[in-house]
Amino acid sequence: MDIDLIFKIAGLAIVISIVNMVLKQANKEEQAQMLTLVGVIIVLMVIIQLVSDLFASVKAIFGF
Amino acid sequence: MEIFKIVALGVVSSIIILVVKKERPELALLLSLVVGLVLFAFVLDRIVTVFQVFRNLARGAQVNLIFIDTIFKVMGIAYLAEFGSQICRDAGEGVVASKIELGAKVLIMVLALPIFLSLLESLLGLLP
Repeated sequence: MDIDLIFKIAGLAIVISIVNMVLKQANKEEQAQMLTLVGVIIVLMVIIQLVSDLFASVKAIFGF
Repeated sequence: MEIFKIVALGVVSSIIILVVKKERPELALLLSLVVGLVLFAFVLDRIVTVFQVFRNLARGAQVNLIFIDTIFKVMGIAYLAEFGSQICRDAGEGVVASKIELGAKVLIMVLALPIFLSLLESLLGLLP
């Protein structure tokens, strides 16, 4: 399916953790939390789409 | 062959997840969920062909199709419940995982009841 999706999300996670480190250095703690939240929400939106595809295909295959 | 792709993807992505887990554990969990979905998508079309063969065999043997469909439903429930409970266990929520498994067991029991009843009827019919 979309293997590059995995690497996209992994890259996003690594970038977010790096930017968080930078924000922590500049003692902007709350911005770091906000950024983590935004990252999680973006990945969640992608994953919700994937999970709904999974449920649709399982429903089709197993005859629910 | 398919298996090389699956194994390679699994190993590479678990290493990436390890890297991400140190800094952002929640994103690591989401990443492992995505890897699970992608790996399942690989074997999807194989499962469909296996099920087609089973359905044709059942139709050929005049087995009541309800039994075969129920078996497929039970397999679907078992697979989804295992997938969900494994993800919850990875996230460290053992309680939630066991509740998911409990729900799956109850649903499978409900699905299996008609087969159980028809089995009993056929057994009673055999008795003198």
